[in-house]
Amino acid sequence: MKTFDAILKETRFFQDLKPEYIDIIAGCGSNARFDPGDYIFREGEPANTFYLIRHGQVVIELHDPRRGQLPIYTVHEDDILGWSWLFPPYKWHFSARAVSLTRAIALDGACLRGKCDADTDLGYELMKRFAAIVIDRLHATRLQVLDIYG
Amino acid sequence: MVENLLTEKLTATDPMLPGLFRIHRILKESYDTFTVELVSLEGYQTFPFEAGQFNMLYVYGVGEIPVSISGDPLHPETLVHTTRVVGTVTRAMRELKIGDVIGVRGPFGSAWPVQAAKGNDLVFVAGGIGLAPLRPALYQILAQRDRYGKIVLLYGCRSPEDILFRKELEKWRARFDLEIYVTVDYANTRWHGNVGVVTKLIPKAPFDPLNTIAMVCGPEVMMRFTAIELQKRGVNPDNIYISMERNMKCAVGFCGHCQFGPTFICKNGPVYPYSQMQNWLAMWEI
Ligand SMILES: Cc1cc2nc3c(=O)[nH]c(=O)nc-3n(C[C@H](O)[C@H](O)[C@H](O)COP(=O)(O)OP(=O)(O)OC[C@H]3O[C@@H](n4cnc5c(N)ncnc54)[C@H](O)[C@@H]3O)c2cc1C
Ligand code: FES
Repeated sequence: MKTFDAILKETRFFQDLKPEYIDIIAGCGSNARFDPGDYIFREGEPANTFYLIRHGQVVIELHDPRRGQLPIYTVHEDDILGWSWLFPPYKWHFSARAVSLTRAIALDGACLRGKCDADTDLGYELMKRFAAIVIDRLHATRLQVLDIYG
Repeated sequence: MVENLLTEKLTATDPMLPGLFRIHRILKESYDTFTVELVSLEGYQTFPFEAGQFNMLYVYGVGEIPVSISGDPLHPETLVHTTRVVGTVTRAMRELKIGDVIGVRGPFGSAWPVQAAKGNDLVFVAGGIGLAPLRPALYQILAQRDRYGKIVLLYGCRSPEDILFRKELEKWRARFDLEIYVTVDYANTRWHGNVGVVTKLIPKAPFDPLNTIAMVCGPEVMMRFTAIELQKRGVNPDNIYISMERNMKCAVGFCGHCQFGPTFICKNGPVYPYSQMQNWLAMWEI
């Protein structure tokens, strides 16, 4: 069976990260599995984990009292799910629901936050990688709200 | 032979003079988009065209608009157009019934590089109604599937209700030699497909960027961002083709109505390599 660090090393997100950092992050990991329809996290709950999706499809949703759950964005295999664990107030802004059977590595963000504070090089590396995801999603969201197929 | 003479006549005669076509069939594709199948009233048995070309469709008493041909180039017995209702002419066209007559001039313009793409992987990226001008290329390529590498269709729509050619997409999806990914901007929880813009499908789509020809059709903003993502994956801008839309009048290079930078879209386009257009696309007020 592959170890967490071997799996993390092969992902786009953790590519070229120093082996000692991979070891630290892998040390905060555990296996997670979600059936279709399961909520991985819900809006407003404390955000202490993030996920590396290994298999399956997850939709990020927003609740609207009038229209119900509104799917906003889908994440897939090899994507990272969740960044609210990294920024105060450490609460989920959206919900995430498994659309199909989903397997993931759950990474303990609360534990990693402490490690990032203690080792700012690790913190900077992670911050750069999460910033790239945030920018990428921001661009995609801009196009989405622009209604580009109109 | 007679057939050839008859089809040649349509474009060889005055290109400003519309031929008469009767509406043979109407298909509702979505709440705002419909397909018409047309047959000639002037004895033309076929209407040969190349994938990517367009016709000027004239709704009598209302006006004339450019619309791409969405049918199968290998079955030119009927002329097929898929139109989205946006304004005066398209609205009037939707009101037409089977048996009504419209005017057709064409076919005009450049084509998708279907032949030149042989031996390569192909990525089609369509946004909204942009799937219609790409459909003829897909028909043609699937009819000689073994000449091409991987074929991927990435299709983005506003919502699940906007997805065109559903039955055909399902049929194609059932094939093992064509990968189709559909994504929408807005959906409710009944939609189990992808949510997000079509450009987000590009990073993981299964094709070899160094040996890929991309054909992209949709609104200009969508094509611009698609081309950027394709280049990030390593696709050469010379191998990315886009189909440009501008208002047209004559469609034969006389009036200058469709001028875009140094080119007349009706004559030199609508299909261009992105490398020829990229600097102009980024410019304002063109
Ligand atoms: C080469 C070429 C191929 C085309 N192929 C197709 C096709 O296959 N199917 C199809 O449905 N349309 C196609 N179009 C677009 C089509 O020509 C226009 O939608 C049509 O001219 C609109 O005419 P109208 O009188 O209904 O709208 P108008 O009354 O002229 O316009 C009404 C409103 O719609 C907007 N509008 C006009 N054109 C467009 C457009 N292209 N996209 C979005 N909004 C627009 C206008 O800005 C205006 O706000 C093509 C255009 C070109 C140049
Ligand atoms: S439409 Fe007249 S020159 Fe192109």
